Amino acid sequence: MSGTSLVAARERALAVLGGEPDDATLRRYLHGIPGIDAVGLEQRAAGLGTRSIKTTSKRWALDRTISLIDLTTLEGADTPGKVRSLVAKAMTPDPADPTAPRVAAVCVYGDMVPFAVDALGAAHGDPDDGLVSVAAVATAFPSGRASLAIKLQDTADAVAAGADEIDMVIDRGAFLAGRYGEVFDQIVQVKEACRKPDGSAASLKVILETGELNTYDNVRRASWLAILAGGDFIKTSTGKVQPAATLPVTLLMLEVVRDWHLATGQRIGVKPAGGIRSSKDAIKYLVTVAETAGEEWLRPHLFRFGASSLLNDVLLQRQKLATGHYSGADYVTID
Amino acid sequence: MTRLAVPKTYKLYIGGAFPRSESGRTYEVVAADGAFLANAAKASRKDARDAIVAARAAVAGWSGATAYNRGQVLYRIAELLEGRRAQFVAEIEEVESVSRAVASAQVDESIDRWVWYAGWADKFAQVAGNANPVAGPYFNISVPEPTGVVAIIAPQDSSLLGLVSAIAPALVAGNSVVVVASERFPLSAISLAEVLATSDVPKGVVNVLTGSPAEIAPWLASHSDVNAIDLVGAGALDWISLEVDAADTLKRVLRPESGPDAAAPALGRITAFTETKTVWHTKSLL
Repeated sequence: MSGTSLVAARERALAVLGGEPDDATLRRYLHGIPGIDAVGLEQRAAGLGTRSIKTTSKRWALDRTISLIDLTTLEGADTPGKVRSLVAKAMTPDPADPTAPRVAAVCVYGDMVPFAVDALGAAHGDPDDGLVSVAAVATAFPSGRASLAIKLQDTADAVAAGADEIDMVIDRGAFLAGRYGEVFDQIVQVKEACRKPDGSAASLKVILETGELNTYDNVRRASWLAILAGGDFIKTSTGKVQPAATLPVTLLMLEVVRDWHLATGQRIGVKPAGGIRSSKDAIKYLVTVAETAGEEWLRPHLFRFGASSLLNDVLLQRQKLATGHYSGADYVTID
Repeated sequence: MTRLAVPKTYKLYIGGAFPRSESGRTYEVVAADGAFLANAAKASRKDARDAIVAARAAVAGWSGATAYNRGQVLYRIAELLEGRRAQFVAEIEEVESVSRAVASAQVDESIDRWVWYAGWADKFAQVAGNANPVAGPYFNISVPEPTGVVAIIAPQDSSLLGLVSAIAPALVAGNSVVVVASERFPLSAISLAEVLATSDVPKGVVNVLTGSPAEIAPWLASHSDVNAIDLVGAGALDWISLEVDAADTLKRVLRPESGPDAAAPALGRITAFTETKTVWHTKSLL
């Protein structure tokens, strides 16, 4: 997976902003973005959630959902053994059904990356090739309350250990206080830390933690800020704060991504994370993606689900479609 | 001015709530002479699925409660039934088109049966369990444990007594229940659900579906998350194929019964939904 060229990204940001990315310029730009019609946004999201997806479409949607999942374990109690069992599940989601696709990536804490890489072995690679990536959360996840030096070291460690994707958190305190330049600068520097010695770079997902941003307007500004600073993905949440991913917030971020694509031709990914537990919810998200950004976004490089319990529910639904009767929790692994 | 009566909407009872059928369907409940009595919800397979999800979630709490506590909770249901005697008697009189005396007798018998089964809650393990003889310095103990989620096709020719006779024994050991009520006489089942909802039974422990057993039963029998199925009221259905479906997932099955003695009170109805766990334990430390 290759990140966008840093120089090109910076030049594009300067061109869009019309000046150096300092607090004043960014404030002028971000606060100049039109406000959100919250009622309209929520109605649109609710409308997209009412589509009826059945039979062959449902089968396709379930398989696609699996292949878009970042199978996640982000607990203080994580152990190498837990990561290995997570990887086993990522590679063979349903041992009874070899047609079940692999997930896109496993998402772990930085210090667990070596164990994930080791457990994946030859299956480690690009999800486009049917392989599984390793994503690591970094920059003092989930709060982001640490010095920049520590955040950069955290990122560099994970990349050096073999992470293909870095999920960073923005400094919500600085963002809410209006220190946009600081947030922008941190994203740029973390992006720099994602570089590998061989010239490639880990893909950078920027977590906005929408549950702490309070308003849709803030979410839209943070999305633009993250994209301008060079993020490859914008991600809703850490999963540690309620509310986590919601359909309206994801719709809003998809609209930003769509607008950015129209303006620059560059495709940015979106990752809703946290709180998506049922296949029914996941399918609502797929519909929203297809209707907002377009169907070409429904691939692992442009859309992900950050989830852990979602996978089991999708597998139960798959089993229901395959056997014709309802399945139960005894027929999937205990996570 | 004449007063306009406010008729009750009979809905399903799933996970402690009273939803309408997911399908939006209802069917007419009529008296023996064909007079309209009420609209009842006609549950779909998805309602059955939701009920099983609710029942599964309730198993841990209900089976984890002490036997004494379960007995108390079951006994309290009988107390509440007693308080609502008049409502149940009137309902049965209407729906079964029987005399007040016959309806009263059915309600009395139902309440007594709850009490009888409530009493077994902290006693059946003494009868069904055992301290097994061993030739060594340790104990070997067998105890009955609840099997999990029990699906029940309630007796079809009785409003309340058949339903109570089928639900109560499954609850005693700590199972949670999804019951399909009598298709012709579903009203008492929903009224019983109102009793359960206002007693101390945790939500999801009993889930009541009304509608067509012929439509719902195959989904219950083939569902992988159901541990046992009581076909006591399924005599008119193709119950052999239900039994075959149930065998695919190794469910415990109770076969249909008919006549006035259907689902007669018996310890066997309690133990039918238990599994025997046998453990050894040291006698003493050396």
